[in-house]
Amino acid sequence: MYTFSKKLKTFSIILMVLGALGVGYGFMTSHKSFEEVEHMLAEEEHHGGGHGEAAVHHEETTDDTHAADSHGEEAHSGDAHAEHVEHVMHQVHNRPWSALYVAAFFFMMIALGVLAFYAIQIASQAGWSPVLFRVMEGITAYLLPGGLIVLAIAFFADSHLFIWLKEGMTVEGHENYDKLVAGKAGWLNKPMFFVRGLIFLGGWVLYRHFSRKFSIAQDTADDNRNFKKSFRIAAGFLVFFIYTESMMSWDWIMSVDPHWFSTLFGWYVFASMFVSGITVIALISLYLKSRGHLEFVNENHLHDVAKFMFAFSIFWTYLWFSQFMLIWYSNIPEEVTYFITRFNDYKLPFLGMVALNFVFPILMLMNADYKRVPWFVVMTGLVILFGHYIDIFNMIMPATVGDRWFIGIPEISSILLFAGLFIFVVFTALTKAPLLVKRYPFRKESEEFHY
Amino acid sequence: MEASKVIHAIYTDDDVLMSAVKKVKAEKHHIEEIYTPFPVHGLDKAMGLAPTRIAITAFMYGLVGLTVAIVMMNFIMIEDWPQNIGGKPSFSYIENMPAFVPIMFELTVFFAAHLMVITFYLRSRMWPFKKAENPDPRTTDDHFLMEIAVHGNEGELESLLKDTGAVEINLVDKEAH
Repeated sequence: MYTFSKKLKTFSIILMVLGALGVGYGFMTSHKSFEEVEHMLAEEEHHGGGHGEAAVHHEETTDDTHAADSHGEEAHSGDAHAEHVEHVMHQVHNRPWSALYVAAFFFMMIALGVLAFYAIQIASQAGWSPVLFRVMEGITAYLLPGGLIVLAIAFFADSHLFIWLKEGMTVEGHENYDKLVAGKAGWLNKPMFFVRGLIFLGGWVLYRHFSRKFSIAQDTADDNRNFKKSFRIAAGFLVFFIYTESMMSWDWIMSVDPHWFSTLFGWYVFASMFVSGITVIALISLYLKSRGHLEFVNENHLHDVAKFMFAFSIFWTYLWFSQFMLIWYSNIPEEVTYFITRFNDYKLPFLGMVALNFVFPILMLMNADYKRVPWFVVMTGLVILFGHYIDIFNMIMPATVGDRWFIGIPEISSILLFAGLFIFVVFTALTKAPLLVKRYPFRKESEEFHY
Repeated sequence: MEASKVIHAIYTDDDVLMSAVKKVKAEKHHIEEIYTPFPVHGLDKAMGLAPTRIAITAFMYGLVGLTVAIVMMNFIMIEDWPQNIGGKPSFSYIENMPAFVPIMFELTVFFAAHLMVITFYLRSRMWPFKKAENPDPRTTDDHFLMEIAVHGNEGELESLLKDTGAVEINLVDKEAH
């Protein structure tokens, strides 16, 4: 039986407190009034020089043409200026919400990715992984609180995150009326969003609950009935998962850009969550092993997990590139704006994550010997996790804060807050059951696994 | 110095063979070669063979393929005749890079795979019309054969091999290859 070390518990609580303080600070400093934002923009124009000026200029010209289109000759620069300031003010207000949402989603998706991985291991009757099952079960304990937090943030952030929740978007004649959003209102409306969200989360958590229950029951059973049951529900869950994961990615992520759509988006988000989940399995197993709690996990298991990290990093890149290249190649205006904003305003994170999530793992984890060295896998794993945080950042931020992004106090504090909560929940769950499955039919094979 | 005489010890089970290899190695006899009908896991380790470096060659061949793809596409599409084809930017390689990635990927894989296979053939001396080096046709079916060089110690070796469970022990003149 594992006991949650005092040190780690204190550490996780410190993370949460620091994170909460930073998040609070982020919300306090983002409440800028129209005049403050106007002042801030004027300052930027003076000091910032090139960039600020260019951005302002650009905004004004587009606003002008827009205004001219709708109001004929009435448009004048005062209107455009006010519109621009208002636009920036919304972005400034959105930032702490988005920072919180990105971090919350990131940790939720780790738990969900691990749950999918766990179900696959059971459904495929893998012989190498049963020694890691309890670690996986511990990580998936975060799914319920994590998922509820994501939904809660979505609920309270409302139109700060999801522009389609803005008042009057679907009301014809309203100044906010948006024909495209109105056309999607059958899917994108607040009650349905949360009903769907709760159904997705409910299904996942239900599977998590029963798989954990059968897993623990199997420890003391004298037949394999629980194993068979968990095999069956794993197969069922995987079917449910692949549909709901896809829809979840439309709802929780793609809908921040309600004018944009992409067919392989669900897979792309899946790849991101899967590789992050596997990486976290590796990191937590290595941590527990280094503390002497997982003496039955050897370097062969590590080698297999690292192979998964390697392979799914490449899978992620494949999907990332497929999505990008298809849209870049055909260059259809309604789709390509997605990448143009990312390319213009997010060059470093957008291209940097390809280096972090692809170039780095492919070079570091290609060698079979390196995959067996714990510190090497930990280092690569941390890079992969950071890369996938940036990936989620790149999905959400351009739609909510635009070029007003920065990885500053609100973003880092949100990561700390949820990292602390994640550690706290996961390691508490790890203390609830022995770290080795006892009567699982493949346990012996797994313990003697060597590659 | 090539031994003119060798002992062929024949086994009918891979587990017996494995323990025999370990015993023979423990007695510090040099095993010239082992013939098996299928891969026996761990045999290379038991014999103390050096690990293969073929994966390293494949990695380098892949880099060659990637370079070929980049140089080729850069010359053809950007330098030699930078046409406007459907509005694709052909001013520099990086601007049109996404369109070249499928080729870069395929050529990397192509070079890595094919050159590695050819390397394997060369290093294992395999080619069409090559005379089979098979001391006993049964080793392609269900027998395992261990070949040990003899340096005037036939008697000692034979009794050792008998102990290891060999079903047949033959002293043969080695053909010159």
